[in-house]
Amino acid sequence: MEKNFEPVIVGYLCNWCAYAGADLAGVSRLAYPANMRPIRVMCTGMVHPELVVHALSKGADGVIVMG
Amino acid sequence: MVECGRHLNIALFTLSEVLSVSGEPGAFTVQVKQHPRYVDMTKCIACGMCMEKCPKKVDDEFNMAISKRKAAYIKYGQTVPLKYAIDGQNCLFITKGKCRACEKFCPTGAINFEDKEKQIMLQVGAVILAPGYNYFDPGANDFYGYGHIPDLVTSMAYERLLSASGPNMGHLIRPSDGREPRSIAWIQCVGSRQTNRYDHGYCSSVCCMYAIKQALVTAEHLPGEAPQQQIFYINIRTHGKEFERYYKDAKVKGVQFIKARPKVSPGKNNKGVTLTYFTEDGRRIIDQVDMAVLSIGLQAPQDGLQLAERLDFQLNHYHFARTRAAAPVSSTRQGIYIAGAFHSPKDIPQSVTEASCAAAEAARLLAAAKGSLTQEKSYPPERDISAEAPRVGVFVCSCGINIANIVDVKAVVAYAQTLPQVVLVENNLFTCSTDTQGLIAQKINEHKLNRIVIAACTPRTHEPMFQDTLREVGLNPYLIEMANIRNQNAWVHQSDPQSATRKAKDQVRMAVAKVVLNQPLQRMQVPVTQKALVIGGGMAGMTAALDFADQGIEVYLLEAKEHLGGNAANLRVTWQNEPVQPMLDDLITRVECHPKIKVFLKAQLLACNGSVGNFSSTIETSDGPREINYGAVVIATGGSEYYPSEYLFGEDDRVLTQLQFDRKLRVESSALKKARQAVFIQCVGSREPQRPYCSRVCCTHSMMSAIAFKELNPEMEVIIVYREIRTYGQWEDLYRKARDLGVIFVRYSQEKKPKVTRRDDGLAISVYDAVIRQELKLRADYVILATAIVHNDQRRIVEMFKCSVNADGFMNEAHPKLRPVDMSVEGLFVAGLCHYPKPLDEAITQAKAAVSRAGVILSKHQLQLDAVKSYATAQCDGCALCLDVCPYQALALETTTDNGRTARRIKVEMALCKGCGLCQATCPKEGILVHGFTLEQLMAETNAVLEVV
Repeated sequence: MEKNFEPVIVGYLCNWCAYAGADLAGVSRLAYPANMRPIRVMCTGMVHPELVVHALSKGADGVIVMG
Repeated sequence: MVECGRHLNIALFTLSEVLSVSGEPGAFTVQVKQHPRYVDMTKCIACGMCMEKCPKKVDDEFNMAISKRKAAYIKYGQTVPLKYAIDGQNCLFITKGKCRACEKFCPTGAINFEDKEKQIMLQVGAVILAPGYNYFDPGANDFYGYGHIPDLVTSMAYERLLSASGPNMGHLIRPSDGREPRSIAWIQCVGSRQTNRYDHGYCSSVCCMYAIKQALVTAEHLPGEAPQQQIFYINIRTHGKEFERYYKDAKVKGVQFIKARPKVSPGKNNKGVTLTYFTEDGRRIIDQVDMAVLSIGLQAPQDGLQLAERLDFQLNHYHFARTRAAAPVSSTRQGIYIAGAFHSPKDIPQSVTEASCAAAEAARLLAAAKGSLTQEKSYPPERDISAEAPRVGVFVCSCGINIANIVDVKAVVAYAQTLPQVVLVENNLFTCSTDTQGLIAQKINEHKLNRIVIAACTPRTHEPMFQDTLREVGLNPYLIEMANIRNQNAWVHQSDPQSATRKAKDQVRMAVAKVVLNQPLQRMQVPVTQKALVIGGGMAGMTAALDFADQGIEVYLLEAKEHLGGNAANLRVTWQNEPVQPMLDDLITRVECHPKIKVFLKAQLLACNGSVGNFSSTIETSDGPREINYGAVVIATGGSEYYPSEYLFGEDDRVLTQLQFDRKLRVESSALKKARQAVFIQCVGSREPQRPYCSRVCCTHSMMSAIAFKELNPEMEVIIVYREIRTYGQWEDLYRKARDLGVIFVRYSQEKKPKVTRRDDGLAISVYDAVIRQELKLRADYVILATAIVHNDQRRIVEMFKCSVNADGFMNEAHPKLRPVDMSVEGLFVAGLCHYPKPLDEAITQAKAAVSRAGVILSKHQLQLDAVKSYATAQCDGCALCLDVCPYQALALETTTDNGRTARRIKVEMALCKGCGLCQATCPKEGILVHGFTLEQLMAETNAVLEVV
């Protein structure tokens, strides 16, 4: 693996919990690495398995579904 | 909280106190004193710069003084309104005349040291008081060495130590040396149930549950082997819905419950805590724990006394507001209502229920003026964009320097200009400011923009505002996307500006990719049948019916029996000694005479169709079947006393249930007076394997009956055989009174239940006393069984409305804390014993709360639904896979015939769908999608992430 490997992580965040939590992390200035790209969903239940597979096949290094 | 803050019909006054309320119910004048904030709320953008630059540190009261805050501060991250304030008592400039750092650095010029105290006069019809409570302060009385022993903390401080937003970000460490504790003890009833050192004779109701919760959460926080956790208690009071299960679960998970009151002394080198106590079998134990927590109680708010004087209403002997069972949230002054712990310690579900109840009372008082002052906004007609190609406008916010300091905003702007279909990119200092709204509107018109991307803060707080701007210029509000480059970027990547900028570009690209696929969505309007159905004619049902009717809403009240009244017909007095029968008679008369209430006796529901706002049903009445239409339902089907098959019940008429005894006490007290001995047996059918819940009211009921016995004949020997005494809240006074009157208490365990046998001169009870460890032989003229409360048969209703019940068969609420009277099916509300065993006043509170919540639907002619809903596409072939996963029963299978060919398709009941999209993720062929979050849109965003990195 490259030394400066920076993974690209696709995040699906539930509007009512994880997305709100990520907002609060901001208000609280809690630092975390900038590798995740947040996609807001109305419930993690709407994240189709195909989306996850698609993201990985398109080159995502990881997918995180938070809710 | 956010919703409350931005509601058009709620004016928020912070830093304010009420000086006086004059006038009459319906026309009060409230004099309010507003203290200066020193921050102009219209300019503050909550960037936190003032706090960062403020040099003055003071104890953070929100974190129980474990950490420090600044003199320029917000109380906590989710504060509403999210505006900073300057604490005038600590600010260096205000107290000493120098500093002004905040003023110098504030990017919007929001600091205003000229701010003065204001007097505000408000004209209102009703007043609701919810000042909350104070924690008991164990430091004031040198309690347990609190204050001297570093690792002895209050439960509130412990709560902050556990909290992810607390001083240690949820990493549990003990104060003395910063080590992770491996053994923690909780000491219950600190500041509760004590009358010797201070006058807190009541039970604080919530501490047992929060201690158990803290223990379970602690175990989750500490890595490795489970810590040793002990809870030292007098009685464990888990009397709420699902609480007993939680308690038993904690025991299984290894939390130890020890019935003892330990002496507390410092640990070795003043680290940790030494506990000395006696076990129930008399052994003296000296134990060292790493940390001890005092489970502090609740007390009446400090300023409650002043409030009562200023507003002229009465408090009781504990300085809680005085109320009555029949009007559980009404203060002694008409038009002033109380909600929450101000009139008795209570938990969240009860407080939220009371808040709705208080709103119902205010609505009833002001029914004549309903809707006369509410505000609604009007908008121009919507522009038709169906023939237009997407023209995207991107507005990138600097948020003062909040975003711009970390993210290279200029680079993001330049990048956005390269994106397809983007025709305009602007950078604003504050995109949310009023003048930028004007600018956005102007640019939309100038450049014929039909899609908008706002790269700024979070859509959760700001999207409604930007949507409003779009509507004001005739653009559909769903043609917007936000890229959250502040909360989820600049604020969390402060040490890595390069990555932050890269991420911001990606976020803008993702938003643009999605927004071009956004379609105008319409918020559906559904007409509302402004009538209510109440099922059950007991105290809860009748209260609900009458409250609806008094607000001018027509009600159908269904009762299965041939008369109204329910269980209340058998009750004698409330816990405050108010006779129940006159209360009940009065209620029945008012219900029967009310022109807006149609009572159906011996009636039952046969069928139910429709959804929130528009239900229709067939009901079976004594005059045959009948069709009714209504917009909302209150289910109050009630409960009953459990009739056991033990303790000679049904075989000997001297063995009575509580209600049978109540009746006897009312009609033939002279016979009871002659009795020499009476024995009460508690937990009959409750807290047993087949019915694992606590029936909540039986302990107090027995106290009242025992007191009644003693008052009839002080010489009588009255014995209560119990497992745990749960006289929560101010009912504790009754427990104390019973003891003072000489009632004897004998504790038994579930494994060794008492035995009742007949003998020549009465009944014989043998019971193993768990305290003195001996078998006792008692004699009684009467044995009163405190039997469980079971719900009535409600299977048909559950099937018809597709609502749900818990493992014990009680009706489920939508959310136990936040929506305690709503049911998961929209338009359904619950009250009374069918939800869980509860006393009369709580049932009445719940009924009124249900009316208040249903009133939100029934007070409107039209119901506006959100546009984010599922819809079936042409690909749907009716395979119905989605039907089972829908948590809201919003989907149905429809068969249509077209040219002789029948086709099956999914039909979405818009009023029920919440847009969660479980259907979308389940469907293998894109046959059902969610507006605004279609698979294509989510795919576009996903692709945009991976396109260029």
